[in-house]
Amino acid sequence: MALPLFPPTEDPGPDFVSLLRRSGLPTVVADSALSVPHATTVAALRFCDGVVMAGDRRATEGHAIAHRAMEKVFPADRYSAVAIAGAAGFAVEMVRLFQVQLEHYEKVEGVTLSLEGKANQLAQMVRQHLPLAMQGLAVVPLFAGYDQRRGTGRIFTYDVTGGHYEEADFQATGSGGRDARTTIKLGFKEGMSRAEAVELAIRALYEAADEDSGTGGPDLVRGIYPLVAVVTADGYAQAPESEVAERFGALIERKRAEGPGAGDGAS
Amino acid sequence: MTMPFYVAPEQVMKDRAEYAQKGIARGRSLVATTYADGVLMVADNPSRSLHKISEIYDRIAFAGVGKYNEYDQLRVAGVRHADTKGFAFSREDVDARSLANLYAQFLGNVFTHEMKPLEVEILVAELGADGRPDQLYHIAYEGTITDEDHFAVLGGDAETIAERVGAGWEADRDLGSALRASVAALAGPDRTLEAGDLEVAILSRQNGRRTFRRIADGELAALLAPSASGRGRRRAGAQDAGSAASATTDAGEGGERA
Repeated sequence: MALPLFPPTEDPGPDFVSLLRRSGLPTVVADSALSVPHATTVAALRFCDGVVMAGDRRATEGHAIAHRAMEKVFPADRYSAVAIAGAAGFAVEMVRLFQVQLEHYEKVEGVTLSLEGKANQLAQMVRQHLPLAMQGLAVVPLFAGYDQRRGTGRIFTYDVTGGHYEEADFQATGSGGRDARTTIKLGFKEGMSRAEAVELAIRALYEAADEDSGTGGPDLVRGIYPLVAVVTADGYAQAPESEVAERFGALIERKRAEGPGAGDGAS
Repeated sequence: MTMPFYVAPEQVMKDRAEYAQKGIARGRSLVATTYADGVLMVADNPSRSLHKISEIYDRIAFAGVGKYNEYDQLRVAGVRHADTKGFAFSREDVDARSLANLYAQFLGNVFTHEMKPLEVEILVAELGADGRPDQLYHIAYEGTITDEDHFAVLGGDAETIAERVGAGWEADRDLGSALRASVAALAGPDRTLEAGDLEVAILSRQNGRRTFRRIADGELAALLAPSASGRGRRRAGAQDAGSAASATTDAGEGGERA
């Protein structure tokens, strides 16, 4: 590999994607699998100190479960998190590129991008993916972070065309997104504590898994639980698995106490 | 038609070397040294925004002295090289040795083929992982690369400063004493350097995935104060631990895997 030096007129600046293009590397790796894992629930909600983001662990291929312990919530950088729904191969690659892009910008420029700038960067990546999305391999991320300049948590949602919209309080996406969103909508309060927000996110994922076959619930046998990330002024942190397991355990206990038919209109 | 004057190649090289040395000697110096937790870099640099020391990758730092625009161009190329390599292969595959070789080749090429040599001297430092030692690659304006053992001094007054650093060097010092010794060596007997005159950064094993961290303002002043050295050291330790906690989450959950 040669030292990547460019004449001033062709300098890619802090843009890692155009640097890759100039270096002749592909920016999206082609996925050879014909059937692509997708179907997911990821959710994000705001609370008093920042945002909570959570995602289930199941990846499916058609009606079969492809992976039971897939991770769909990632740190984008120190102060933001990104969650993915859609064609898994492309989505994970997009997250990887996004992470390097943010770090690359920070190192070349010596300052971090604003949260809005990061959201725009991700939108451009989703837009570049549109031709493949038209063929059914869509990637739809959910982006949330702590805005250090404004001192608050913010959430951005995307559509397949790269359109991105800031959400006021919460959002969920993926095949179980609707159920998760309804649960959060019913339980959301302004200025929730971290514990309340994590609890609500866990309840939302439980309800989504209850209704949607593409969403994995807590796997008590294997000890696999959905991932919950919390982003505050102190940065990105994953909620410890013991805490998530405990909250799921308590939730299941409550459901049992309510009786087997509670909340199930069908039985 | 006029015939160009014949100039012996030895003379050309000598002139270019002299030119580059003069340019470098005009700038201020920089000391890099290993300490208990990693690598410490201290530069005589009053600017808060035009850095001599920067982050290249998870365990690699860059330091340059001489002409700012020239070494900054090398720094950006280094970040690009490292990020591209880490993206194409894996984060573990990015190492300082290959980057230092690329820099040496580039500087050597410019020195022999271009009209004007680069008036820079650079350092590529890598934090050792899994018991491997820390690496300091010192690259001169004409592409000579030196693998320094414990410390490196860059800049005009390098020899005198290197003598002072070498005289006081000890293995496994804590951050505070390594910093105070480096600053004293950099300043010499006739000057004192305050926190405002210094640019300080570390590659620390306590920092999680991204090991590079700048030390500035209050933290730097506390570490420099000799009377309160014990207090300064403790405070720095606490902050190290704090940043390690947040950095670990940053690294553990995504960085390594992604």
